[in-house]
Amino acid sequence: MGRITLEGVTKSFDDTKVIHGADLEIEDGKFVVFVGPSGCGKTTLLRLIAGLEDVSGGRILIDGKDVTRLAPAKRGLSMVFQSYALYPHMSVRRNIAFGLKMARMPKDEIERRVAHAAGILNLTDYLDRRPGQLSGGQRQRVAIGRAIVREPKGFLFDEPLSNLDAALRVQMRLEVTRLQKQLKTTAVYVTHDQVEAMTMADQIVVLQAGRIEQVGTPLELYQRPANVFVAGFIGSPRMNLFEGPVAKRNGATTLGVRPEHLRVQPGEAVAPAGCEAWGGTVIQAEHLGSDTFVYVDVPGIGTLDARCTGELRVQVGDTVTLLPDMYQLHRFDAQQLAMA
Amino acid sequence: MATQQTQKLARILIAPSIILLLLWMIVPLAMTAWFSALNYNLLNSVTSFAGLGNYRYFLSNPAFLSSLLNTLVLVGAVLAISAFFGVLIALLLDQVIVGRRVVRLMLIAPFFVMPTVSALIWKNLLMNPVSGLLAWLWRLFGLAPVDWFTQVPMLSIILIVAWQWLPFAVLILLTALQSLDQEQQEAALMDGAGPFDRFFHLTLPHLARPLSIVILIETIFLLTVFAEIYVTTGGGPGVETTNLAYLIYSQALLQYDVGAASAGGLIAVVLANIAAIFLMRIVGKNLET
Ligand SMILES: Nc1ncnc2c1ncn2[C@@H]1O[C@H](COP(=O)(O)OP(=O)(O)OP(=O)(O)O)[C@@H](O)[C@H]1O
Ligand SMILES: [Mg+2]
Repeated sequence: MGRITLEGVTKSFDDTKVIHGADLEIEDGKFVVFVGPSGCGKTTLLRLIAGLEDVSGGRILIDGKDVTRLAPAKRGLSMVFQSYALYPHMSVRRNIAFGLKMARMPKDEIERRVAHAAGILNLTDYLDRRPGQLSGGQRQRVAIGRAIVREPKGFLFDEPLSNLDAALRVQMRLEVTRLQKQLKTTAVYVTHDQVEAMTMADQIVVLQAGRIEQVGTPLELYQRPANVFVAGFIGSPRMNLFEGPVAKRNGATTLGVRPEHLRVQPGEAVAPAGCEAWGGTVIQAEHLGSDTFVYVDVPGIGTLDARCTGELRVQVGDTVTLLPDMYQLHRFDAQQLAMA
Repeated sequence: MATQQTQKLARILIAPSIILLLLWMIVPLAMTAWFSALNYNLLNSVTSFAGLGNYRYFLSNPAFLSSLLNTLVLVGAVLAISAFFGVLIALLLDQVIVGRRVVRLMLIAPFFVMPTVSALIWKNLLMNPVSGLLAWLWRLFGLAPVDWFTQVPMLSIILIVAWQWLPFAVLILLTALQSLDQEQQEAALMDGAGPFDRFFHLTLPHLARPLSIVILIETIFLLTVFAEIYVTTGGGPGVETTNLAYLIYSQALLQYDVGAASAGGLIAVVLANIAAIFLMRIVGKNLET
């Protein structure tokens, strides 16, 4: 079991408020990702859950039990740090076993669990090495091993993959997800990489400036962003967002349309009834092979990014018409909230 | 130094300083060795060859063994004090947040006081049985003041020398503590380690290397403690506080026997080297990697 509940959690450092009342329900066994721009409070929120920081207000519950004033070790959570934070003077074996030893677990049980964890994580051959003698990926696995042997109610990850190179990151991403599904343990995972967020999460929590902007599955966030911030943050390349007369004409203060929902047609074209057609000049075309991203300067709107197939031949300076998919327009009101 | 070329160049460039250093050491050492083989007394203008006579004389001197023992006691006790209290004080100072700089400066200060001066301060201001601060303190509690240099001469010397060397240990250990990784401590916290577990499993191993450096450097200097003894007890009462350095001094300049003093000097060099090798074996391991 591992249901984590936040009720109006706030946090201030001295006089600066960093977390402004977070309410969140993390269900047992779910993989939840906190994502947001740098400095938005992801790490702080995670550390509050871990108990490494004291809350300034609100309550934290695990399985319905109030743990707000409980010491970190008593909460039954384990954490994987960005710097791995392995104990440099201990062998991999002792690193993994440390938490169990502190819990005064019998020796043979410790040995069994360490061997099991090492087996899962491919660390069996490295058990007698020191952390300094391991590669980055192996260190990462030791840190994960240290977290899983305690059989916690939940894992807390703080950007665990950010020190790895791109290829290894993809591999570890898969391994972490697979491991979590296998153990069925609740996981809270912090990242600022939205690809990680989209691929790993059951639920994404988007944070901005200490506020939870939206909670939902990756597809929900992608298809129905609750506000302008989430719309712009989730998705790569970014959603086109603009204000002005065209937005007004469609009944919104801010109008958003994703690049893949803009059809590019060479030359000038007339809008079919009930549709929009935006003519403009190509200012840049990025040919990626399978896709081409076309940046079009549209008078009265600004620069729009459109995704089209690689076969389309367009060049800088060409006149094109963008035809948006009218069912995929995102409308936001003056408060930047999505309109029904 | 990757290539043969650079290695060769490095050797040539380093050579002059190595040669100078060698001369610097070899010449006095050779002269000492030469004097040690002579019957050479400053009160007697006739010198003659003595062979190993001076060594026999110095080693059979009953004061020699006790001075050796005194040296070991002094070095050992001061090392123990500066290691134990060094760690303790460094841990405390690492916690202090207000007035950090001032506290630190005050702690380091004794290190900058000349040994002679600090010995005089201790002798006249602190440990004087009539007018000393400690005597006043003792009387405050209705106790008879201790006559430090007569009743517990060795302990007094140890206190004075430890007072000088403790700050050095604290400084080095404090610097090391500040480089302790905070996330490691937090990971241990999550692992359920209490303050003592964290100290013994994380902090102490982290301090092993700086502690080795402290022990190594202090040993080198503590083997030759002289001024503190000269100023306070003069090696007495009897030979209770005579260490090797002081014994050699008393041979040479109180008895004017340069030959025996030189022999003693060479013996001290040999003993110091044995101690150094011994230490390097034990402590040097921590300095690798
Ligand atoms: N110990 C602290 N004292 C004062 N302010 C802090 C402290 N820790 C964090 N902050 C502030 O709180 C805010 C949130 O920090 P936090 O580390 O949670 O951001 P983050 O979302 O994890 O960012 P990143 O993606 O860069 O890691 C920042 O503005 C930061 O300056
Ligand atoms: Mg962070």
